[in-house]
Amino acid sequence: MSKLPDKARCHALYRQMLRIRRFEERCGELYKQQKIRGFLHLYIGEEAIATGVIGRLEARDVISATYREHGHALVRGVSMRAIMAEMYGKVAGCSRGRGGSMHLFDVQHGFLGGHAIVGAGLPIAVGLAMARKRLDQGAISVCFFGEGAAAEGEFHEALNLAALWELPVLFVCENNGYAMGTALARSESQTDIHLKAQAYRIRAEVVDGMDVLAVDEAAERAINAIRADLKPYFLECRTYRFRPHSMFDPELYREQAEVSEWKKKDPLLTFRTQCGKAGLLDETAVQAMEQEIGTEIEDAVQFSEQAEWEAESDLLKDVYSPRGAP
Amino acid sequence: MSRTISYREALRDAHFQALSEDPRVFLVGEDVNCYGGTYAVSKGLADHFGADRVIDAPLSESGFVGAGIGAAMGGLRPIVEVMTVNFSLLALDQIVNAAATLRHMSGGQISVPLVIRMAMGAGRQLAAQHSHSLEGWYAHVPGLRVIAPATVADARGMLLTALADPDPVIIFEHVGLLALTDELPENAGAVEIDKAAVRREGSDVSLITWGGNLPKALEAAKQLEAASISAEVLDLRTLRPLDDAAIVATVSKTHRAVVIDEMWKTGSFAAEVCTRIVEQAFFELDAPLRRVCSAEVPIPYARHMELAALPSVARIVQAATEITRHE
Repeated sequence: MSKLPDKARCHALYRQMLRIRRFEERCGELYKQQKIRGFLHLYIGEEAIATGVIGRLEARDVISATYREHGHALVRGVSMRAIMAEMYGKVAGCSRGRGGSMHLFDVQHGFLGGHAIVGAGLPIAVGLAMARKRLDQGAISVCFFGEGAAAEGEFHEALNLAALWELPVLFVCENNGYAMGTALARSESQTDIHLKAQAYRIRAEVVDGMDVLAVDEAAERAINAIRADLKPYFLECRTYRFRPHSMFDPELYREQAEVSEWKKKDPLLTFRTQCGKAGLLDETAVQAMEQEIGTEIEDAVQFSEQAEWEAESDLLKDVYSPRGAP
Repeated sequence: MSRTISYREALRDAHFQALSEDPRVFLVGEDVNCYGGTYAVSKGLADHFGADRVIDAPLSESGFVGAGIGAAMGGLRPIVEVMTVNFSLLALDQIVNAAATLRHMSGGQISVPLVIRMAMGAGRQLAAQHSHSLEGWYAHVPGLRVIAPATVADARGMLLTALADPDPVIIFEHVGLLALTDELPENAGAVEIDKAAVRREGSDVSLITWGGNLPKALEAAKQLEAASISAEVLDLRTLRPLDDAAIVATVSKTHRAVVIDEMWKTGSFAAEVCTRIVEQAFFELDAPLRRVCSAEVPIPYARHMELAALPSVARIVQAATEITRHE
């Protein structure tokens, strides 16, 4: 187990994970109330990864993620109001209600999706790295994706391009063991995903994705390496999704015992215990966080309830840019 | 001052100008650097602009088209050469699911100023996997702009305008046009890409086409003239967004139309053009519309069979004659 940082940092890491957890629990409730529609993919259980990696980024770096990206957007600083309003489909949403849960965008924060085609975000992240390298040397492009993406051709094409063209991409594989309901061993002949990256001569390592400090340290190592030589790096973070794939998933493919076993490694639980033992996080501090976060979430819900729908007359707006724009 | 150049040279000149004028522009694609471009369009560019601006890509169509999208989102101005439309099917995901959607889906925050060029079309005995015409598939997708230069001037000028466009533009270059020559002024440059162009005036029948079939339509018009039928030839130039006004104008003038399209007739782009005529100019028509398209068959290898499958001058003349004499 990793050495604990100072108290303020411990609080910040725990708070960020708790914020994702409580936000998504509320999203699940709102989905059942049909306030949120479409698909809803919860990140619960995997919070340590977004928290650890994104916490190490600079403002000039850019992020692309998948359809399970609420946590990433929150950690990156996209406003909770704008994320919640997006899920409500309101015009105040971070994508004006056009994208929903799976397509969160916030250019101001370098948060460039929200890509819902498995594997498709990787080539885009490679291109973003081309642009970063040419326009702001030292800035990097970070790409989050699940282990299911490793079965897609675009995964292999993107890894090869990033290595061949020497581009500053941090590939973060969130390996939660299941591509929807298909277990890794049922879809891959080689289940050690990081070895595939090594085959493309990309520096790659396995990280305990349930341990926020392990992720934090690996991310720091990877990001420093990328900034130093502008070449790609690959982290395979092993994790587990506590909730169903989406809200439609009856979970026929896994035993509850397996879920229970993984819940013992809950990144919030283990980190809180570790910090508690070291006297760095007490019940009072946690309660204060719970209260602040609860207030933030209810504010986001109220904001979204009251927000406006986009005018139907704007249906065709932004299919194309205004002519003459840059 | 003017000089005679080929369509291929016009494309190369346009690339040269684009790469010279804007450091954000780069060309990426299979064999664009060392080989000089499959169709020799980029020959010599690498010597001048180097490997950072003229980038050889591995055979990863989805990968390098996706990278082009990301680079465009990130502030660069990529020109992605997909060797042919046939191989673009391997990149359909990136083009249709990403390039076309990102602006709208992000609430207008993101632009994808990407140009994708691809060769297309049949006529070189390359058989069923290297002869496709699928520009109508791309023209189906909102968020994309689809253009098809049919003249040397458009080959010279459309790329520059496409690069200035804030949204993804797909340029279809019919392989049958590459050797076409024309006289261009020395200062030839960017041309607008919003409007169709009347390439020949006429009064009896409109031949409506674009890209690689424009020379066939012009030849057909010449033969029709010998038979005292005055054909107007409209080059659509841009398939999305389509210049409805030009289509309605020519049909309102001649009252008859033949649409020539190398796609298969079922679901062809010609079907879209005909429907727009029926929707917007039905009462202008004096005769049924006709389409000259490819036969409903994978394009065969043997020369005589390939020619039999494709639109021909003879079929255009026949269709135009039939509806013009239809009273």
